[in-house]
Amino acid sequence: MASQWKFTTKDLAEKPEILISGHRACAGCGPATVYRQVLKAVRGPTIATNATGCMEVVSTIYPYTAWSIPWIHTAFENVAANAAGIETALKALKKKGRLKQENVDVIAFAGDGGTYDIGIQALSGAAERGHNFLYVLYDNEAYMNTGIQRSGSTPHGAWTTTSPAGRVIPGKPEYKKPIADIMVAHAIPYVATASPAHWRDLMIKARKGIEANGPAFLQVIAPCPRGWRYDISRTIEIARLAVNTCVFPLWEAVDGEYVLSAASKVIALKPDRKIPVRDYLKAQGRFRHLFTPEFEHIIDEIQQIIDRRWKRLLKRCNM
Amino acid sequence: MAKIKQEIRALSGDEAVAYAVKQADVDVVAAYPITPQTIIVERFSEYVHNGEVDTEFVCVESEHSALSMSLTASATGARVFTASGSAGLALMHEILYVTSGCRAPVVMAITNRALSAPINIHCDHSDSMVERDAGWIQIYVENSQEAYDSILQAFRIAEHQDTLLPVMVMLDAFVLSHTLESVNVLPDNAVQRFVGMRNIPLIQGHQGKPVPFKLDPDNPITMGPLDLYDYYFEHKRQQEEAMEMAPRVISEVHDEYARLSGRNYGDGLIEPYRLDDADLAAVCLGSTAGTTKTVVDHLRKRGVKAGLLRLRTYRPYPTQEIRAALQNVKAVAVMDRSHSFGAHGGPVFHEIRHALYDATIQPHIVNYIYGLGGRDMPPTLIQEIYTSLQRIAKTDQVEKPVQFIGVRE
Ligand SMILES: Cc1ncc(C[n+]2csc(CCOP(=O)(O)OP(=O)(O)O)c2C)c(N)n1
Ligand code: SF4
Ligand SMILES: [Mg+2]
Repeated sequence: MASQWKFTTKDLAEKPEILISGHRACAGCGPATVYRQVLKAVRGPTIATNATGCMEVVSTIYPYTAWSIPWIHTAFENVAANAAGIETALKALKKKGRLKQENVDVIAFAGDGGTYDIGIQALSGAAERGHNFLYVLYDNEAYMNTGIQRSGSTPHGAWTTTSPAGRVIPGKPEYKKPIADIMVAHAIPYVATASPAHWRDLMIKARKGIEANGPAFLQVIAPCPRGWRYDISRTIEIARLAVNTCVFPLWEAVDGEYVLSAASKVIALKPDRKIPVRDYLKAQGRFRHLFTPEFEHIIDEIQQIIDRRWKRLLKRCNM
Repeated sequence: MAKIKQEIRALSGDEAVAYAVKQADVDVVAAYPITPQTIIVERFSEYVHNGEVDTEFVCVESEHSALSMSLTASATGARVFTASGSAGLALMHEILYVTSGCRAPVVMAITNRALSAPINIHCDHSDSMVERDAGWIQIYVENSQEAYDSILQAFRIAEHQDTLLPVMVMLDAFVLSHTLESVNVLPDNAVQRFVGMRNIPLIQGHQGKPVPFKLDPDNPITMGPLDLYDYYFEHKRQQEEAMEMAPRVISEVHDEYARLSGRNYGDGLIEPYRLDDADLAAVCLGSTAGTTKTVVDHLRKRGVKAGLLRLRTYRPYPTQEIRAALQNVKAVAVMDRSHSFGAHGGPVFHEIRHALYDATIQPHIVNYIYGLGGRDMPPTLIQEIYTSLQRIAKTDQVEKPVQFIGVRE
C-alpha cells in the first residue's frame, strides 16, 4: 500500500473540490470538513454513497446538489450494502467489458447512528464478504440530524436529548462502543482512526483505505458545534484535544496489526504530553452538568475509562 | 404455432425461475434464502460455482441488504435479480419504496408465503398483497411454465424506458415453488435476443445536458437526494405516469414473447377463461386458477354457465379490462388468499368492486377468503363457491358478502 500521494498544501490547492460550496451544513460543521478532506484524497473515478443523516441532508436538496461525483442515498441503515451493490455492479460490468473506466473506487459515508446502531448489520455483512470499498464513519457522537439523540457512540456522561442531564441520571449512563476494534475483528485489510485536526494523516489514511484491496474502515472524530455545545470557531481545536487527551487516539491496523499514528505516538513516548480529560469535557456544553459538586466524580470515572482504553491500545501497538 | 424449437425440462417453479435468470444475461444477483424461495438461490449458486454464468452472485446477510444491494447495483447500470417471500419481503418493505422511487428496474421473484405469527411456511398472498402500493409492477403466475416465461418478460418490462419500474413475479409457495412440471425452455440465444442488453435511458443531467441515468463517473448525477414539499409530489406523480404506461409495455412484451414461444396468458394483464357467455364468474390469482379452470370445465359439461377471470398483472391494476371482462356476468365470487383485517373483505375483493362500480349493470359481488397458511383449496370447495353464485344469480339476493371458506369457525 505504497501511497505516492504526499498531500502537500500545494497538491491540495490544485485538486478540485468534490463536495462543492453551497451546501447547507452549519457553520463550523466538523463532518463537512471531514468530507472535504477525505474527498481530496481520492485517486480517480469514484462513486459515493451516503447513509441518511446530517451530511446527506445538507449536501443535497432537489434540485440542488453539492456532489460533483456520482452519489446515491437510499436509506439510513444500509449504506454498506449500497456500497457493496455499486462495487459488485462495477465488477460485473468490468468482467463483461461494459465499464468505460479502468477502475472506479467506491466510498460509503455514514454517521455514528448509521454505523454503530442501525447500520452495523449491513456493515458487518459487507466487511465479511470482502467488498472492495472505503467506509468513512464521521463520528459526531449522536443523531444530529434528528435533533441530538444518543447513539452507541455517545460518550459516557454526555447530555443528549434522549440522555438528558437529569437530576437522577446525569447524561448517558453507557459507554462508547469500540467500533473500530470491532471492525479490526472482522479481519479486513485496513482500519484506522483519524481527526480533521491532523488533516494530512487523515488524507493519507483515506487514500490507504481506498487503495486497500478489500473493505477499509475509517473512523473520524467529527465535532458538531450544535450537538456538542461549543462555539463554531473551536471545531478543529476540539478535534485536536480529543487526540491529545487520548479520548480519541489515532492509530491504524493494517491486516490486523495495530500501529499508533504520529500524533498519538508522541504521547505514548512522552506521557507528560497527555492532557487531562477534564480539559476536553470543559470545552463542551454537553458535559457542563458534570462540573457540579454532585456529579464531579463522573469526570474521574471518565478519566479512568480513557486511561484504561489507552493502556489497552498501547499494548495492542506493542508500546 | 411455436416458431422456435424448445426443450422440455422437468422443473419446479423455483428451478424454472433460476433457469430463466441463468439465461437472461443478469449481471448481479444478491439474495438471501427463505423457504420456499431457497431453491432459486441454491440452483443459481450451482450455476455460478459450475461456471455456467458470469453473473456476480452475492449471498448477503439479510433481505434488507439483498434489496439495498440490488438497488444500487441497478443504479450503477447492471441488470439485477433477487428473490424472496414472506418475512424476507416484509424485511425489504422500506427498500421496496426506495427502489421504485429511485426508478431502479430490479426484477424479483416472490414465492408467496404466509406472514407470521404464528409462523407458517406455506402459501398465501399476504406477503405481496401488503406491498401492492410500493410502486412495483406485480405479476402473479399460475404455473411453473408461466413463472419461467414471466421472469424473462419482467426484465424487458422493468428496463423499458417508458416504465423503469421494478417488477415482482409471484409464484405460490410449494404448490408451484416445489412441484415438478414439464417446462418448455427457449434456447439460450433466443432468450438473449429477446431480453437484449440493458438499455440505459438518457435523462437531463445537472448541467442540462442529456446523461445516462446511472452512477457514471464520466457523467456524475446525484440520486436519492432530499426532496421536500416543492418537488417530491411531482416525482411521485411521475411514478404514477410510469404505472399508467406499464399496461401497454406489459402487453407488448407479452405479445412479442407469445410470438416467439407460442405461449400466451390472456393479454398479459388478465386471463379470462370461458367468460364470454358466462353468468357466474370467479376471480382469483395464482395457482388456484388452474384448479378453478378444471371446475369450470366440469360445470360447463353440466350446462352451468361458469367462467373464471385470472388476474395476472395486479399492479398496475387493469381496471378497464376487468370491467369489460366481468360486466356481463350476473354474479362474481372474488377469491382472496390474504386478508385485510377489519376491512370487511380481502384486497382483491375491494378492487374488483371498485372496477365494477362504473359498470352499467353491476353484478352481485361476493368475497371468499381462502387458503391462508397453505390451507388446501380443493375442487369441491371451489364448486361450493359456484353453487352459491348460482343461488345468488337465481334469487338476486346476497346473504353474506364476505365469507371465509375452508376454515373451522
Ligand atoms: C429506518 C430509519 N429510522 C430512523 C430514521 C430517522 N433518522 C434519520 S437520520 C437519523 C440519525 C442520524 O444519525 P447519524 O447517523 O449519527 O448521523 P448525523 O445525523 O449525526 O450526521 C435518524 C434517527 C430514518 N431515516 N430511518
Ligand atoms: S448539526 Fe452538527 S453535524 Fe449536523 S450539519 Fe450542523 S454542525 Fe454539522
Ligand atoms: Mg451522528
